Amino acid sequence: MTAIARGRPNSLVQEFASGLDAPICLTWELTYACNLACIHCLSSSGRRDPGELSTAECKRVIDELERMQVFYVNIGGGEPTVRPDFWELVDYACTHHVGVKFSTNGLKITPAAASRLAASDYVDVQISLDGATADVNDAIRGPGSYQVALAAMRNLAAAGFSNFKISVVMTRHNVAQLDAFKEIADRFGAQLRITRLRPSGRGADVWDELHPTTGQQREIYDWLLAHGEHVLTGDSFFHLAGYGRELPGLNMCGAGRVVCLIDPVGDVYACPFAIHDAFLAGNVRGPGGFARVWRNSELFAELRRPQSRGACASCSAYDACHGGCMAAKFFTGLPLDGPDPECVRGFGMAALAEVGNSAVPRPAADHSHRGRQPVPVSIGRRPPDRACDQSPLAGHLPLAGR
Amino acid sequence: MSTSPTATGFDLDAAWRLHPQVSVRPERFGALLYHFGTRRLSFLKSPALLCVVRSLDSQPSARAACAAAGVTVAELPGYASALACLAASSMICCPAAKERQ
Repeated sequence: MTAIARGRPNSLVQEFASGLDAPICLTWELTYACNLACIHCLSSSGRRDPGELSTAECKRVIDELERMQVFYVNIGGGEPTVRPDFWELVDYACTHHVGVKFSTNGLKITPAAASRLAASDYVDVQISLDGATADVNDAIRGPGSYQVALAAMRNLAAAGFSNFKISVVMTRHNVAQLDAFKEIADRFGAQLRITRLRPSGRGADVWDELHPTTGQQREIYDWLLAHGEHVLTGDSFFHLAGYGRELPGLNMCGAGRVVCLIDPVGDVYACPFAIHDAFLAGNVRGPGGFARVWRNSELFAELRRPQSRGACASCSAYDACHGGCMAAKFFTGLPLDGPDPECVRGFGMAALAEVGNSAVPRPAADHSHRGRQPVPVSIGRRPPDRACDQSPLAGHLPLAGR
Repeated sequence: MSTSPTATGFDLDAAWRLHPQVSVRPERFGALLYHFGTRRLSFLKSPALLCVVRSLDSQPSARAACAAAGVTVAELPGYASALACLAASSMICCPAAKERQ
C-alpha cells in the first residue's frame, strides 16, 4: 500500500483504527470443503458445511459489497475453486466492480482455467506453497501438494498471467528458504507473498513446534527490510516493527476496522484468524445484511475504540508494534491487552510460560476431515445435510467452454 | 508496471486524468484509491487533494486543477509531489500517453 502523504505521519493509521464505513477489502471463505488437510489450516477446513451460503445468497453479498464500494475480496476456504458455482461467483463479482483475489492450492488451475484468468484484469490468483522444496511443503500441506502447486504456476505462467502471487506461511522449516521462494516467484514472473503463522484453526495444534524461533523472526524482519515492497506480507508482520523500523504497508491490526472475514455460512468475524465466538460480529443472513453487521455490531464498535495498552503500556516499542496480533494472543491464552506471543522483546514468551493449557481457548468450528487425511470426494450443487467428508474432486468438469 | 516520473519531474502544466481502471472511494480523511490493473491501493490524505484529483479530467492541466480546487501558490509544491506519487503508481495518467499504449 502506498500512502500519499498530506498530513501528520500517523493520522491515517489513527483514522483506520477508528474504523471506516466499509472495509477496504475483506476475506471471504467460500467453503470449508477442501481436498487437502494442511496441518496449520487457519479455518480447520476439510468437510463442507451444510449451512454454506447458496449461490443466490453469495450474489446478494456481492451486491452489498458493490454498494459499499469494497474494492476487492480475498476469496479463500477451504479450497474455494471446488464450489461448483466458483467461476460464476467470480464473474458476478467482477461485473459488479468487486475485484477478486483468490487463494488456491492449485488443484483446478488447469491450462484452460489459467488462460481464462489471464484474460481478466479483475481477478488475481494466489497459489499456496509452504515449502520451496517438496519435502518441506508436503510435510505441512500433504503428499503431492507441491507438485500440484508447481503445475498451477506453470499453467499460469504459460498462459501469460504475470504477477500472480505465491503465498507462503512462514514456519520454522521454511525461513531458511526465503531466497529459494523468491527464486521460484521470479522464475514464474510471480510475486512472493509471505505471511505469519497464527495459532488459529488447526494452527493451534502445531504452533508451538512450527512458529519461527526468535532468531528466525529477526531473519524474516531483515529479509523483508532488504526486499522492501517487492514482497507482499498482507501486513501480517507488523509485530516485528518492534525491532525498530516499520515494514512496508500498514503497521496496524485492521480487524473489524478496515478488514473482516465472512465465513462459508455467512458468519462475520473480525479477521480470518479469529474464528471464535469472541470475535463473531453477526451473520450476513440477518436483517440489514453485511452492512448492518459492519456498521452496527457491538464487537466492531469496541474494536474501533482506543485500545488498552495493558501490560505493554510502559514498553517503548508499543507505538511500533501496537501490541501485535489479537488472534495470536487469544489462541495462545494470552490477554488481549498484553504482549504478542512472538513479542520481539521477549515479553510474550515470558507471559506464555505462565499460561496453563486449560486457559487456551479452542477454535469455534472444526470442519477437519476425520482422521485429518486428505480425502477424494465430490461436492454437489446442493449442500449436504450435515458436515460430511464429501470429495471436492469428484464431478470436476473441464473448465474449457464453461 | 508503469513509467515512474519523479517528484521533481512532475509536469504541472500537462493534462492529467484519473486512470480509467482506478476506483475512488471518498472517506472523511480524503479518499481511498484502488487500481484494478496494478491491484494497488493508495490513500488521499485530504479532501482538498481529492478535489484536485477529481477535477483533473475537466481541467486543461494539473496546475489549473489545483487552482480550481483553491490550492494556493504556497501549497502548490506539496500538491505537486502528491500528484507525482499518484503518477508514479499509475493512479493518474496523461491522456495522450494512455492513447499511445
